[in-house]
Amino acid sequence: MITLKNVKKVFHTKDGVVNAVDGVNLTINKGEIFGVIGYSGAGKSTLIRMLNMLEKPTDGSVDINGESLTSFNNKQLRIARQNIGMIFQHFNLLWSRTVRENISFPLEISGINKKERIKRVDELIDLVGLSGRGDSYPSQLSGGQKQRVGIARSLANNPDVLLCDEATSALDPKTTDSILNLLVDINKKLGLTIVLITHEMHVIRKICNRVAVMEEGRVVEEGPVLEVFRTPKRTITQDFVKQVTEPEETEETIQHLIQKEGHSQIVKLTFVGGTAERPLISDLIRKFEVYVNILQGKISQTRDGAYGTLFIQIDGQPETVKEAIYHIQQQEVEVEVITNVGIGNTVS
Amino acid sequence: MLALATLFPNVDWEDMWEATLETLYMTGISVTATFLLGLILGLLLFLTERGNLWQNKPVQLIIAGFVNIFRSIPFIILIILLVPFTTLLVGTMLGANAALPALIIGAAPFYARMVEIALREIDKGVIEAAKSMGATDIQIIYKVLLPESLPALISGITVTAIALISYIAMAGVVGAGGLGTLAYLDGFQRYQNDVTFVSTVIILIIVFIIQWIGDFFTQKTDKR
Ligand SMILES: Nc1ncnc2c1ncn2[C@@H]1O[C@H](COP(=O)(O)OP(=O)(O)OP(=O)(O)O)[C@@H](O)[C@H]1O
Ligand SMILES: [Mg+2]
Repeated sequence: MITLKNVKKVFHTKDGVVNAVDGVNLTINKGEIFGVIGYSGAGKSTLIRMLNMLEKPTDGSVDINGESLTSFNNKQLRIARQNIGMIFQHFNLLWSRTVRENISFPLEISGINKKERIKRVDELIDLVGLSGRGDSYPSQLSGGQKQRVGIARSLANNPDVLLCDEATSALDPKTTDSILNLLVDINKKLGLTIVLITHEMHVIRKICNRVAVMEEGRVVEEGPVLEVFRTPKRTITQDFVKQVTEPEETEETIQHLIQKEGHSQIVKLTFVGGTAERPLISDLIRKFEVYVNILQGKISQTRDGAYGTLFIQIDGQPETVKEAIYHIQQQEVEVEVITNVGIGNTVS
Repeated sequence: MLALATLFPNVDWEDMWEATLETLYMTGISVTATFLLGLILGLLLFLTERGNLWQNKPVQLIIAGFVNIFRSIPFIILIILLVPFTTLLVGTMLGANAALPALIIGAAPFYARMVEIALREIDKGVIEAAKSMGATDIQIIYKVLLPESLPALISGITVTAIALISYIAMAGVVGAGGLGTLAYLDGFQRYQNDVTFVSTVIILIIVFIIQWIGDFFTQKTDKR
C-alpha cells in the first residue's frame, strides 16, 4: 500500500546540515493503523509530510497504491493528495468558515457540485458525531470537537490513506481516547489505512497494529505492537514501553525494597496476550510454600491482546522460591529476577 | 434655512454640496483603486516572501522597493513629482480626475503593507492544510488567504480611506476641487471662517461614517 524506499530529507540551515530523515525503509499495509513513535526532533513530522509531498524527499522514493509520488508533477500531486487525508496537532481549521463550510472545503477543491457537497457534509458530520454543530464556528468548539471537524474534513473525498501528525497531542487524556476511538471506528468502517505519529506510547498501544520507533531520522525498531511491547530491543523502545506499563516511580520503589530485604526475591513478570488473564498468583501460593507480596502491576490492552507487567516479592525457603520461579517460567510468562543493579540490567 | 444663513453668512450651500460630491467622488474612486492595487501588491509581497507559495527574491525586492519609496514620499511632494505623469494620463493638472493618480500611487503602497501584515497573521498550518487537500495556488488565495485575513483587510482599508480623505483635502489646495479647495480658496484666502468651519464639519462627518462602516464590517467578519 505505502512503500518508502531509502527516503532521506536533508535541510540546509544556517547552523549546518540537518539529516531530518536518514534512509527510512517502510512498508505499510492496506487497512492497518501504523504508528511512528519517537522523541521530539526525531524526524517524525518530516517523515509523515513526505507521504503527501508537503516535504519533498531529498532522496529515495515514496509509493502509495503503486503510484510513485516522488515522480509526480504538481498537477498529478494535487490529484493524488485528494486521496490522502491529513489531520494536524493544531487542527488547522479555517476560522472564517463554519463547521459545515470547513468540511465542504476539500469538496470544493475537488470540484463536487453544491448539492452533493451538502449531502456529503451531512454524512460526515454524523460520522464524526457533530450533529447539530454544523453552523458553529471553530472558535465556538472544544479541542476535541475541532479535531472531529479535522477528521471529517480529511475524509471528505473518500481517501485511502489518513495521515495523523500528533493528532491528539493538544488534547486531554479523555478527549484523546474519544478521538482515538473515532479513528479505530473509521479504520474499521471505511477500511482506511492510517499512519499516525506520536510521542506517546499510550496512543500506539491503544490503536496501532504495527509500530516503528524513530531516533535521529532513522527507524531503529519496527514490528507488531504486541511483539514490540514484549521484546523491546533498543533502550529507546524499552523506555517508551515503560511509559505505558510501569508507573513512573516503579524503579525507585523496587530499588528501595531490594536494599531493605535481604533474603526474598523480587521478580518482574511480563504477561502477553492470553497469559495476562490467568490467575497466576493464586496458583503459585496454592502450589508452593511461599509468601507472595504484590509490589506493583499494570495490565494494558493493545489492539491484539493484553500486555502487562507485575512486580512481586517471593519469600520462603530458597529452594522453594527457585521452584516457584521455575514454575512461572513454564507459563509463557517472562520472568526477570531483579538484583540490586537496576531494572534495566537484570538477570533472568 | 434662515438660521443657517445667519449663522454661516458666507456659505453658498449649492457650492458646498457640489464640493462635497466632488470629495465623495474622489474618495470613492481612490479608495476602490487603492484597495485593488494595494491588495495585488500586498499579495505579491506576501507570496514572494521566503518560504511562501511563489518565493522569489528579485520580485520581492522590486515590489518592496517600490512600496517603500512611494510610502515614504510626503503626499504633497508626490503630487508635484507626478505632475508630468498626471498631465500625460489625464491631460490636465487641475480637477478631481487629475488628483486621482497621485492619491492612488500615494495610498496603495501604504495599504499594500497592511495587506502583507494581515496575510502574515494567517496560521501557516491552515495554508498547509489546504495544500494537503490538493488546493491550487489560486484556490489557496481566494479560499484561504483572503477570507482568513478579511477583518484585517477591512480595518486596513478603513484606515487607508481616512488617510485618503486628508490627502484629498490637501490635493484641494493645489486645485483638485472638493471641500479642500473650497476651504482653502473661499475659507482661508478670503477670510471666510464659516466656510472653513462647515467644510471641516462635513469632512469629519464623512470620516466618522467611513470609520463606522469599517468597524461594523470588521466585527461582522471576525469569527475568531
Ligand atoms: N523546514 C525545516 N528547516 C530546517 N530544519 C528542519 C525543518 N523542519 C524540520 N527540521 C529539523 O529536522 C529535524 C526533525 O524535525 P521534525 O519536525 O520532523 O521532528 P519531530 O520528530 O516531528 O519532532 P516533534 O515531536 O517535536 O514534532 C529537527 O532537527 C528539525 O529542527
Ligand atoms: Mg512533529
